[in-house]
Amino acid sequence: MRSSASNGFCAYLRRDLRLSHRRLGEAASPLIFFIMVSTLVPLGITPDPASLALVASGIIWVLALLATMLSANDLFAGDYQDGSLEQLLISPQVLVMPVLGKVTAHWLVTGLPLTIVSPLLGLMLSLPEAGYLPMMASLALGTACLSLLGAVGAALTVSLQKGGMMLALVVMPLYMPVIIFGGATVQFGIDGLAWTGPLAILGAMLAAAIALCPLAIAGVLRLTSIN
Amino acid sequence: MNWTWFYRLGSPLWFYQTTTRWLPWLSLLAIVLLSTGLIWGLGFAPQDAKQGNSFRIIYLHVPTSFLALAGYFLMAAAGAIGLIWKMKLSYMIMKSAAPIGAALTFLALFTGAVWGKPTWGSYWVWDARITSMLILLFLYFGVLALQYAFHNEEAGNKASAVLALVGTVNIPIIYKSVDWWYTLHQPSTIKLTSAPSMHPDMFQPLLVMILGFYCFYVVALCLFTRVEILRRERKTTWVGELAARSSYEVESDKK
Amino acid sequence: MGNPSLIKIENLRFERDDTAVISCDNLYLDAGDILQVEGPNGSGKTTLLRLLTTALQAREGTILYCGKSIAECRFEYLSDILFIGHQSAVKLTLTAEENLDWMASSGIGSSSAVKALESLGLAGYTDIPCYKLSAGQQRRVALARLLISDARIWYLDEPFTAIDRDGVRLLERCMKDHVSSGGAVVVSTHQDLDLQGVRHYPMLGESLLRAYS
Repeated sequence: MRSSASNGFCAYLRRDLRLSHRRLGEAASPLIFFIMVSTLVPLGITPDPASLALVASGIIWVLALLATMLSANDLFAGDYQDGSLEQLLISPQVLVMPVLGKVTAHWLVTGLPLTIVSPLLGLMLSLPEAGYLPMMASLALGTACLSLLGAVGAALTVSLQKGGMMLALVVMPLYMPVIIFGGATVQFGIDGLAWTGPLAILGAMLAAAIALCPLAIAGVLRLTSIN
Repeated sequence: MNWTWFYRLGSPLWFYQTTTRWLPWLSLLAIVLLSTGLIWGLGFAPQDAKQGNSFRIIYLHVPTSFLALAGYFLMAAAGAIGLIWKMKLSYMIMKSAAPIGAALTFLALFTGAVWGKPTWGSYWVWDARITSMLILLFLYFGVLALQYAFHNEEAGNKASAVLALVGTVNIPIIYKSVDWWYTLHQPSTIKLTSAPSMHPDMFQPLLVMILGFYCFYVVALCLFTRVEILRRERKTTWVGELAARSSYEVESDKK
Repeated sequence: MGNPSLIKIENLRFERDDTAVISCDNLYLDAGDILQVEGPNGSGKTTLLRLLTTALQAREGTILYCGKSIAECRFEYLSDILFIGHQSAVKLTLTAEENLDWMASSGIGSSSAVKALESLGLAGYTDIPCYKLSAGQQRRVALARLLISDARIWYLDEPFTAIDRDGVRLLERCMKDHVSSGGAVVVSTHQDLDLQGVRHYPMLGESLLRAYS
C-alpha cells in the first residue's frame, strides 16, 4: 500500500511526539537548561536591572540558540542507533516528509516551549516591557529556523561517535543570520521602531529553510549514514 | 558531444602528470609576481595621505581576503562536482582547498588586525567585513573538522561537500545580515570603508599582488592535492612505479 | 527462459575506501526460494543484504527486480521488500503494539498488530514498554513485522540472534508459509535451517580471498 506524503509527515510527527512524551524528563531538559543558564547572567555580569535590560534580548536569544542546538543532536541519533533510520531510508516514500515531520516534532518540544517561557526570562532579566511581544514572535519563527538548520547538522554528524561538539561546530555559523534578526526584532521593539521588519525577514528565512533544509537533510541522510 | 576530456580531468594520474609539467613554471610566475608586487607596493608606491605607511598592509590583506572567499567557493564547487559526478579527484581538491582557505582567512583576519591597531587604535572591532570574515573562518573550520571526523573517507568527503554547499548558500545571507547588523550598531567614529578611489600608483602593485596570490593559491592547491593523490592512490601501480623510480634516483645520487 | 527472476544480481561490486568489500555475480532469487547467505564473520553478508535493500549503493553492477534495474523501479521495489537487520528498529520507550503499528507504515490497526504479536508468543506483553522486554522478546517484536507485511521479498540479517528454540521453529514456519504463498526469503545465518529446498550462497569476502591465495 502506498503511503501518501502527508502520511509520512504525520506518522513521524506523531511518533516523535509520543517518544518525547514518554521521556518527559529528557524532552524538558533544553527548557530547563534555558531557564537555569539565564540565572548565571546576573551572577556573572551584574544584578543591576538597568544593565541587564541592555543585554536581556541578546542573552535570551543566545540561550535559545544553545538550547536548540544541544537538543538537535538527538534528532536522528536515536533512530540511527536502533536501526529505524535505516528502515526509513529504505521505505518506499519521499524522504522529505518524514524528515519535516521529525523537525516539526523537535520544534514543538523545544522551540515552542522556549517561546512560551521566554517572558519569564524577560522578567528575570528585566527586559523592557515593549520587548515581550517581539521577543515571543521572533523566538517562535527563529527557533523553527534553528530546528531546521540544526537538523542539517544533526544529519551530517549522525554517524559520528561524538556528534554533539561536531554539530555545534558545523551549525554555529549557519545560525548567525537568525540571531542577528532575532535579536534585532526585540531591540527594535524596545526602541519603539517597527519591529515587524526584521521579523518579516526572519519569516522569509524560515520559509526558505522549510523549502531547502528538508531536501538537504534527506540527501545527507542518504549520503552519510552508509558507514 | 565528446565528454572524454571531462572524464580525463577526473583522473588523478592525469592531474598528477600535468601538474608535474606545469608546477615549476607556475611557481616561478608566482614568485616573480609576488616579489614584484611586494617590492613595488612596499618600496615604491606613494604613502597614503591619512594613514601613512600603515596602509601598505593592504598588499597582503586584500589578496588574502579575496582568495579566502574565492577559495571557499572553489571548495564548494569541487565538492558539488564530486557529489554529482562521483569524481574522486574533485573530492581531493576539495579536501586540499579547506586548510589553504582556512589559513588565508586567518591571514586576512590577522593582517586586518595589524592594520587596525595604527588606523583606528584597536586590534579588533566588530566591523561588518571583519565579522563576516570570522564567520567564514568558522565555516572553514566546520568543513575541516567534519572531513576528519569520519572513519569512512567517502562519508567524510560527502558530508563535508554538502556542508560546503550549504555554507555557500548561506554566505550571501550571512554577509547581508552582518552588513545590516553593522549599519544598526555602527559607531560614528569608525569608518572602515577604504578610500573610494585609489591612486593608480597604489592600485597597480595591488593588482600584481592579487594576481601573484592567485598563482600562489593554485600552486599550493596543486601541491596539497598531489600529496592527497599519492596518499589515496598509494596502492595503485603507477604510484608504486613512481616511488620505485624516485628511490632509485636517490640511490644513484648517493653513488 | 520463463519470467525473469524476482531478483537477479549482475556483477555487483562494492568497495569501501577503494578496497573491495564484496563482489558478487550470478545470484538470483525466484518466487518460492529460500536463499541462505553463509560465510565467516566479515565476509560481507550484511553488506550484501544492505546492497540488496538499497541502503548501500554499489559502484559497479546492477540488481534487477523482475528484469528491471532497481534504480528504475525503486518505489515498486522498496514497496515489495522487508528488511530486518541486526538493529531491530524497535523503539524501547514504545509498547510492542505501538512499535508494530508504527512500523507498518500505513497503519494496520491495533487488532492485527496484537494478533501478530500474539502468534509470535508475545501475548500479554503487547502493551508494556519494550525496554521491559528481554532481548529475545524485543527481537520477536521486530520479527512480528513479517506477519503483517505484504512484501514479497524478505531480507533477514541474522534473524535468529537472541531467539530461543521455539522462536526459531516459529520463524522457520513463517518463512515456509511465506515462500509457499509465492514469496522469497534471503536470510543470513550461521544456523542450519530445518527447512526443505534451501539454497545456499557462500560468501567469501574479497579480503579473505586475498588472505587465502
